[in-house]
Amino acid sequence: MTVFIIRRLLQSVVVVAVMSLLVFVGVNIVGDPVDMLINPEADQAEIERVIRDLGLDRPLHEQYGYFVVNALQGDLGDSFIFGQPALQLIIERMPATFELAIAALLLAVVLGIPLGVLAGLRPDAGWSRTIMAGSILGFSLPSFWVGIMMIMLFAVMLGWLPSTGRGDTVPVLGVEVSFLTRDGLSHLLLPAINLSLFKLSLVIRLARAGTREAIHQDYIKFARAKGLSETRVVLVHLLKNIMIPVVTVLGLEFGGLVAFSVVTESVFAWPGMGKLIIDSLHELDRPVVVAYLMIVVLMFVIINLVVDIVYSILDPRVRLQDTRA
Amino acid sequence: MAGDETTLTVEGLKTHFFTKAGVVKAVDGVSFEVGKGEIMGLVGESGSGKSVTGFSIIGLVDPPGRVVEGRIIHDGRDLVGLDDEQMRSLRGNRIAMIFQDPMMTLNPVLRIETQMVEAVLAHNTVPAAQAREAARDALGQVGIPSPDERLRAYPHQFSGGMRQRVAIAIALLNRPSLIIADEPTTALDVTIQGQILYEAQKLCRETGASMIWITHDLAVVAGIADRISVMYAGRIVEQGTTADIIDQPAHPYTRGLIGSVPSRNTRGDRLFQIPGMTPSLLNLAPGCAFRERCSVADDTCLAEPEPSHPLPGRVLRCHHPVLEVAQ
Ligand SMILES: Nc1ncnc2c1ncn2[C@@H]1O[C@H](COP(=O)(O)OP(=O)(O)O)[C@@H](O)[C@H]1O
Ligand code: SF4
Ligand SMILES: [Mg+2]
Repeated sequence: MTVFIIRRLLQSVVVVAVMSLLVFVGVNIVGDPVDMLINPEADQAEIERVIRDLGLDRPLHEQYGYFVVNALQGDLGDSFIFGQPALQLIIERMPATFELAIAALLLAVVLGIPLGVLAGLRPDAGWSRTIMAGSILGFSLPSFWVGIMMIMLFAVMLGWLPSTGRGDTVPVLGVEVSFLTRDGLSHLLLPAINLSLFKLSLVIRLARAGTREAIHQDYIKFARAKGLSETRVVLVHLLKNIMIPVVTVLGLEFGGLVAFSVVTESVFAWPGMGKLIIDSLHELDRPVVVAYLMIVVLMFVIINLVVDIVYSILDPRVRLQDTRA
Repeated sequence: MAGDETTLTVEGLKTHFFTKAGVVKAVDGVSFEVGKGEIMGLVGESGSGKSVTGFSIIGLVDPPGRVVEGRIIHDGRDLVGLDDEQMRSLRGNRIAMIFQDPMMTLNPVLRIETQMVEAVLAHNTVPAAQAREAARDALGQVGIPSPDERLRAYPHQFSGGMRQRVAIAIALLNRPSLIIADEPTTALDVTIQGQILYEAQKLCRETGASMIWITHDLAVVAGIADRISVMYAGRIVEQGTTADIIDQPAHPYTRGLIGSVPSRNTRGDRLFQIPGMTPSLLNLAPGCAFRERCSVADDTCLAEPEPSHPLPGRVLRCHHPVLEVAQ
C-alpha cells in the first residue's frame, strides 16, 4: 500500500509539471492582456513601462521559469486587475465553490443511490420508469436553462427561495460557510440542486445498472439462501458491491462538479471560483486564470489519488494486488 | 437406504416461468421423497429443471417463475403457500443450499467472517462472539486449516475447492435437516471434486442431514447417493436405488446416460452419446419429451407416459422400458 501511494505521488508530480507547462503556454496563446489593461490613450512609453512591470517583455521560456520558481514558493503571480496575489483571490472564493460542490455531491448520493437501487429492484414498476425518465431529463436539459427555470419558479413566482448570493455565513475553522445558517441554507438550496441534477442522474443510472447486474449474481441468491432478511441482502450484500463503481465515478466527477459550477455560479451569482474565473477570462487576467487552472489540475490529481485509495478499501481484491506490486 | 422417516416429500411439483415468449414448464409434475439421513441424486442433462426443483424447495424461484401446483412437505409441514418470513426462517436454517460455482457464491467484498456470522445471527439470538465461534468450528469441520485466521480473509484469498468448503461450512452452520447441493463439484477439477464429495458425504453422515445432490454427471452421484432420480425435460423419468439404476437402467434416457459414462468395460471403445439435444421447455409438445432422441420410440409415445412401478422401489415414465433381469 505504501509503495503504491509513493509511486502514485511521483506520477502526480509529473502530471502537475506537464500541465503547468501546457497551461502557461496555452494562456499565452489566447490573447494579449496588454490591450485590455492599458488605457487606449496611453503613449508608447507608458505601454512599454506596463509591459516591463508585468514581465511580459521577457521571452516565454524565461517567463515560465520565473513562474515555476515563484510557484514552488506558493506565489502564482499578482492579478493584473486586482493587484492582489492570484492565489489569494482564488483561495478566498474556494470555500463557496467547495460548499456548493459538496452540497451537490451529497444530494446526488443521498437521493441517487436509493432511487437507483429501487429502480433496479423493481424495473417494471411505474415509479421506476418515472425515476428513469427523470434521470434522462437530468442528463439532457442544459444546466443554465434549468437554473433559470428554477429561479423563475421558486424565487420569482413562488417567492420561496432567494435567487442570488450566498446569504448569511458563519465561520467554521476560519472558513465561511452558508449551510449552518437558515438564510445561508435557503440560498444554497437552489444552486446545489441545479449543480447536482446531472450527477444525480448519473448516480441513479449507475446504481440502477449495478443493482440490475448484482441482483442476478449467485452471491445474492446465496445470501437469500442463508435466510438473511431482504433488508440485509440489499443494504449489505448488494449495496457494498454497487458502491464500488458509484464511489469511483463520483470521486472522479468531483473535479467536474467544481468545473461545472462555473455555469451554476454565474446563473445564481454564487460568489465562488467559477464566477471569478469567468470574469478573469473576460479581462484576460492571466495570473488568475493560470492559478485557477493549476489549482484545478492539482485538485484532479489529488482526487484521483484519494479515489484509488478509497477504491482499494472498498474492494478487497484491489488491495491484494497492491501489496503484491 | 438409510432411516425410515422422510425429511422431504415432493408431490406433483410444477414450477412454471411465465415469460413473454410463453410458459416455460421448467418443473412439470415432479414427485420424490428424501429419507432421513439419505442422499438422493437428482441427475439429468443441463436444462432439465434440476436447479429450478431445488430453488422451488427453498422458495427462491426467480420471477417470472412460480410454483403453480404440488406440495413440498418438509418435516411434516407443506412449504408451498408459506409466507415470505416463514420461508426465510427456514432457509439456511432447516434447509440449506450450496451452489455450483464457488467463485460466485461468496460475496467478493465481505469477509468470510461476516458472511458466516450473519448466517448464524439470521436464525439465532446469540452474542456475536458466540456466532463467530460457531463459524470457526464449522470451518474446522470442513477441513480448513487455521480457521481463526481464515475467518478474517476475503473469498478471493481462497482456492476454488476451499471456497466450496466454506460454502459447505455455511450450509452446515445451523444444522439443517436438508441440504440441497446444486452441482457443487462441477466447477472444480477432478481431484478436488473427489475430496469435496467425500467430505460432503462424511458430514451428512455425521450430522444426520439429508441431501439432494444435483448433478448432470451420473458417475459423480453413483458414488455418493443412496437413491437416484433421473430428470428429463421437467419430469422425473426414472427413480430407484443407486444400485438398481446403475445395474438395471430401464428408461431409454437413463440407459443413454449410463452408456455415456466411461468405465472399465468401455475403455478403448467410443463412448456412447445420446443423439440430439434437450428440448426447449417452452411450449413443449405433448407426449414423451424424449421421443425425438429415443431409439425405441413409436406412435404410442405420442401419448404422455404415466408414472408406473414395474419393479419394486422403481418409478418409471416410459411406454417401452427395458425390463431385463440382471445377470
Ligand atoms: N429465470 C428464468 N426465466 C425463464 N426460464 C427459466 C428461468 N430459469 C430457468 N428457466 C428454465 O428452466 C429450465 C430448467 O432450468 P434449470 O433448472 O436451471 O436446469 P438444470 O439445473 O437442470 O440445468 C431451463 O431450460 C430454462 O428454460
Ligand atoms: S416413452 Fe417412448 S419415446 Fe419416451 S422414452 Fe419411452 S420409448 Fe422412448
Ligand atoms: Mg442447474
